[in-house]
Amino acid sequence: MISLRNLCKTHGSIVAVQDVSLDIRRGEFFSLLGASGAGKTTLLRMIAGFEAVTSGQILIDGQPMQDTPAHLRPVNMVFQNYAIFPHLNVRDNIGYGLRRLGIPRKVQTEMVDEMLAMIALPGYGDRRAHQLSGGQMQRVSLARALILKPKVLLLDEPLAALDKQLREQMQMELRALQQKLGITTLLVTHDQEEALTLSDRVAVMAGGRVLQVDTPSRLYDAPRNRQVASFVGTMNFFEGTVRGEGAAAMIDIHGLGLHPRGENNRQPGERVLVSLRPEALALHLNPPQTPEPAIPARLVGRQYLGGRQMLHVQIDGRSAPVIVASAAGWEEGLLEGGQAPPMWLTWRRSAMTVLDQ
Amino acid sequence: MAQLPGSERPFRPLAIYAAFFALVLYLPVFLILIFSFNDGVFVTFPLKGLTLDWYADLFHREPLKQAFRNSLKVASVVCVLSTFLAVPAAMGLSRLRVVGKGTIFGFMMLPMVLPGVVLGIALLTLATWLGLKLSLVTVIIGHLVICLPYAISVLLPRFEAENLALQEASADLGEGPWWTFWRVTFPTIRLGILASLLATFTISFDEFFMAFFLGGMDTTLPMYIWNQLRFPRELPSLMALATLILVVSTVLVFASLRLGRIGQPTRSGAVR
Repeated sequence: MISLRNLCKTHGSIVAVQDVSLDIRRGEFFSLLGASGAGKTTLLRMIAGFEAVTSGQILIDGQPMQDTPAHLRPVNMVFQNYAIFPHLNVRDNIGYGLRRLGIPRKVQTEMVDEMLAMIALPGYGDRRAHQLSGGQMQRVSLARALILKPKVLLLDEPLAALDKQLREQMQMELRALQQKLGITTLLVTHDQEEALTLSDRVAVMAGGRVLQVDTPSRLYDAPRNRQVASFVGTMNFFEGTVRGEGAAAMIDIHGLGLHPRGENNRQPGERVLVSLRPEALALHLNPPQTPEPAIPARLVGRQYLGGRQMLHVQIDGRSAPVIVASAAGWEEGLLEGGQAPPMWLTWRRSAMTVLDQ
Repeated sequence: MAQLPGSERPFRPLAIYAAFFALVLYLPVFLILIFSFNDGVFVTFPLKGLTLDWYADLFHREPLKQAFRNSLKVASVVCVLSTFLAVPAAMGLSRLRVVGKGTIFGFMMLPMVLPGVVLGIALLTLATWLGLKLSLVTVIIGHLVICLPYAISVLLPRFEAENLALQEASADLGEGPWWTFWRVTFPTIRLGILASLLATFTISFDEFFMAFFLGGMDTTLPMYIWNQLRFPRELPSLMALATLILVVSTVLVFASLRLGRIGQPTRSGAVR
């Protein structure tokens, strides 16, 4: 549906987007995820036609777009701060794009009514932008784009300005609407939770490049490198070295001894990064009777998240604490009264992800 | 009267100074107003009596009517043309992203502060050199030189306050630059255009130097007044005329200032 071919964008000596190639499928909800400055917004603006392409190609439905001005492209965008026209009411904002289509006025009115019903704001047609809440503006902005039935809907951090509760509600609504209409959607966000919740596939970006394109669960479970792993969710990293070959391969995690790791095609002596999600780790108050080595640990902090918690433990030979997820009630009060009792840390072997260092 | 925070009691010396300042500024104007109703030719107190004869007299002077019509013509053309030309100039200037933008703006504003005599002589020289016949047309050109920077400076803040995301939204919804201007930009600068029209009309209507140097045989209202000053017994009529001009100008200038402010953020940040 959208194909980006070796897309580059430079501002003088600054490289904003570097050799990006992507294919977004019809009907897909696709996200560009990255920190600010990763180039994701520039990429979106190039697709919308607000930024010139330095080199490379943008194809929408097979049509090259890079020389088409913004107002002639079959895409519509929801802007970060909604860009609702302040001098027009809600109805005229939603119907803004209909003027040039030569649709009879009566039909236009019906189309706008339909949109108002769809975004659950019937009766709000006569209001001005300043009389709307953030969530309402977001919906008007969405309706204004969708009424034109674009081939691709572009969303530029559409929920960033909303508070958490509203944001989560809008996420659900947005996803439901997208699935109902089956419209190809491209979302730009710095919020990994949002990207994982909404998307069919996510492209993680940093420094103007795409680091990995995958489904949310693949990104979480099998990140390709350290940047992706640290950007999506919380991750504990351990440095290590490969020992032995084939099925007998072990990884020597520095200071923590040898840990078996079967299926990897790395060379003996190669330095690697072992990453473990907090959910893959477990803490024990007594030395556990497990085949895996248990590592003595000291509890240093607790991050309560409501229903679950993150425990920060210190282990020898490592400066950063290891973060372990556990149910909220687990051994409540361990940190109270000063010294916490000794603990042992174990992990599921299958949950280890081995990355390049 | 609203007081600034921290000034619960008025500061006497400053208040006296302000009153004195206003007196010096407006006493002469006030005198003109008073003597325009005086039933006598000489400007002396006490007044001989009140009369509206001087005002009535104005309506019987054919040269005056002709000068008035000329001024009206010139001012109408100048205000429309200068505002029309200032819109693209201010729009371009507001979106210009280059080093030395301040200098460019300064040069554009220069005619506003150049002495009228200097500008008048310069334009007269140019007109003679080009072989242009001096007439109302040359006066209009002269007024454009003065009014254009003024119109730009009135419109520029409007364009600078414009939210460029709205332009992008309009383009995104399928409108090209022309329709985007009329549907998005124009509504936001409309009051600025009105303010510019009023201000440039007033400037052109009252302007003397350009009319003096470039008018040739065509007389505008300020020129007519200047010519009549040679005859002492014409003075009361002139004061009546001056009073009328004063009232109209004041109304226009205040209207223009007021329009210039509507919709602009006030000092407290609220939008009127």
